[in-house]
Amino acid sequence: MLKKAVFVLVLFFSTAAVFAGNDKNSIQIKGSDTMVNLGQAWAERYMEENPGDFVAVTGGGSGTGLSSLISGTCDIAMSSRNIKDKEIALAKQKGINPFEIKVALDGLAVVTSPANPVGKLTLDQLAGIFTGRISNWKEVGGKDEKIVVLSREVNSGTHVYFKEHVLRNNNPNGKEEFAPSALLLSSSQAIADEVAANSAAIGYYGMGYISGKQKTIAVAKDDKSGYVEPNIENVLSGKYPISRPLFLYTNDQPQGLIKKFVDYALSKEGQDIVVKTDFVPAKK
Amino acid sequence: MRKIKEFFIEKLIFICGLASIFFVALIFLFLTKEGLAVFKYVSPVDFLAGKSWYPISEPAQLGILPLVFGSLMVTLGAAIISIPIGVACAVYIAEIAPSKVKEVLKSGIELLAAIPSVVLGFIGMVTLVPWVKTVFHLPTGLTALSGSIILAFMAMPTIVSIAEDALYSVPKSYKEGAFALGATHWQTIYRVLLPAASSGIVAAVMLGIGRVIGETMAVMMITGNAAVIPQSILVPVRTLTATIAAEMGEAVVGSEHYFALFSIGIVLFIISFIINVTADSFLHKRR
Repeated sequence: MLKKAVFVLVLFFSTAAVFAGNDKNSIQIKGSDTMVNLGQAWAERYMEENPGDFVAVTGGGSGTGLSSLISGTCDIAMSSRNIKDKEIALAKQKGINPFEIKVALDGLAVVTSPANPVGKLTLDQLAGIFTGRISNWKEVGGKDEKIVVLSREVNSGTHVYFKEHVLRNNNPNGKEEFAPSALLLSSSQAIADEVAANSAAIGYYGMGYISGKQKTIAVAKDDKSGYVEPNIENVLSGKYPISRPLFLYTNDQPQGLIKKFVDYALSKEGQDIVVKTDFVPAKK
Repeated sequence: MRKIKEFFIEKLIFICGLASIFFVALIFLFLTKEGLAVFKYVSPVDFLAGKSWYPISEPAQLGILPLVFGSLMVTLGAAIISIPIGVACAVYIAEIAPSKVKEVLKSGIELLAAIPSVVLGFIGMVTLVPWVKTVFHLPTGLTALSGSIILAFMAMPTIVSIAEDALYSVPKSYKEGAFALGATHWQTIYRVLLPAASSGIVAAVMLGIGRVIGETMAVMMITGNAAVIPQSILVPVRTLTATIAAEMGEAVVGSEHYFALFSIGIVLFIISFIINVTADSFLHKRR
C-alpha cells in the first residue's frame, strides 16, 4: 500500500519535472484570430527546420493574447492592433515590459454578397452604414432592402481597428459606435458564411478570408479620390485606405528561443509565408 | 486497526460531503467580490437600467438592460414552445403509450439531453437560421426565435422526465375513482391527473427554464448578439450568458469591463437561484 503511494508520487514528480524541463524549448503564442493562420504556418515551418523546438499557437482575439502576455501565460502575443496604454500600465504593474515587433500588414476587406449590386463605397458611406445612420441599401445605390450590419465581437482587434479608423475616421476623440443593431459574430468565418448567404448583409474582415462566395467592395477615401480594390499591391502602395499593421508582442526584447522564432518570422522565408497566407509583408 | 480505518473513511466522506457546499460558498464570495467592484464606476441604476452596452469605449457604457431583455425574450420563446410539447409528451409517456413505445420514447428523450449544446447550435446555424429568414421574410435569420427553438430542444428532456415522474406518483386510486365515476381516459387525464401532479409539473417547467437561461454556446451562435432591446421575437438579441462568454477573453483583468462581466454573473446567479428555489418549493409541496 505504502509502496504504491510512494511509487505514484515519484511518478507524478518525475512527469512534472519532465514537463518543466520541456518548457525551455517550447513557445506559447496566443492572440489575434486574424493572425492564427499566419502564426500556425510560421510555427509549422519553424518546427520542421528546428526539430526539438515546440511552438503552440492559439487564437482568441488580440485582447486575449495581450492579457495572457500580461498574466504571463504566453510568451508571444499576436495582435492586430497596438497595445493600449491601459494594458501597458497593467503590464508594468505585473513586471512585464511589452515589446512590439511589426511583422506584416493586413488589408481589411469590406464584403457583401455577390447578389448585391453595390460594388463601391466611400469611407464616409461605410461609417454611415456601420453606425446605423444609413440603414437601407437604396441610400447608397442598391436595392430597397434593409442593411444587415455584421461586426466582430469586442474581443477582436479587427473590431477595434474598424471602429477607430472607419467609424471614427482616425479621430481619437470620436464618439461614433457600431449601431446597437449590428450583429456581433464570434469569428471572421461566421461573417464570411452569413455574408455569402444573405444578400442584405455587409461585413468586414482580413483579406485572408476573401473567397469567391463574397464580393469585395472597392473603397474610396472620399468622393473625389478613386475607388480602390483590396489587394496586396494596393495595400503595399498605401492606396487602399483600410489597412493596418500586425504585431507580435514579447516581454522585453526577445531572447533565446523567442528571438529565434521572431527572427524566423521576419526572415525572407517567414515573410514569404506572410504572402502565402494572403497578408502583406512588413518589409520588402 | 479496523476502527482507525473506519474513522478515517468516515471523515473522508464527511469532507467530500462538505466540499460541494464549500465550493459554492467560495464561488459566491469570489463572484460578489469581483462583481460589486463595478459599482465604483457605474451606479447600480445605470448598470441595471442603462440601455447601451459599449464596454470597450472610453468612457465605457455599461447598461445591461438590453442583455436582460435579450435573455428574457429567448427564454420566454423557448418556454412557450417547450412547455406544451414537453408536458403533452410526458402525459403520453406516462398514461397512453404502450410499453414498447414508451421505451423508445424515453431513450430518445435521454439522447436529446445528451447532445452537446455546441452541436445543437451548429445544426441550428446551418439549418434553422436560413429557414427562419425565408419563412418570416427577415433581413437575417439570426434572431431570438432561432435561439428559442434550439433552447426548447434543450429544455424538453428536463421537462418531460420530471413531469412524467410527477404524473407517475399520482396515487392509482385517483385514476380508478375517476374511471368508476364514468370519466373517459382524456377527462381523467385533464381533470384529475394533471391537477394532482400540477406542483411537480410546475417544478419540471421551472427546472427546464433554468436550463434555458443558463445556456450559452448555442445562443451565442444563433441569436446574432446585437445589444438592442428587442421589440419582437424576430430580431437579433444578445443574452447575458453570451455576453460573458464572448467578452471574458478580452476584458483586461481589473478593468471596469471585467468587473461588469462578473456583475452580469451575479445577475444570472440570482435569476437561476430564484428559479431553482421556486422549483424546489413546488417539489416539496407535492410531498
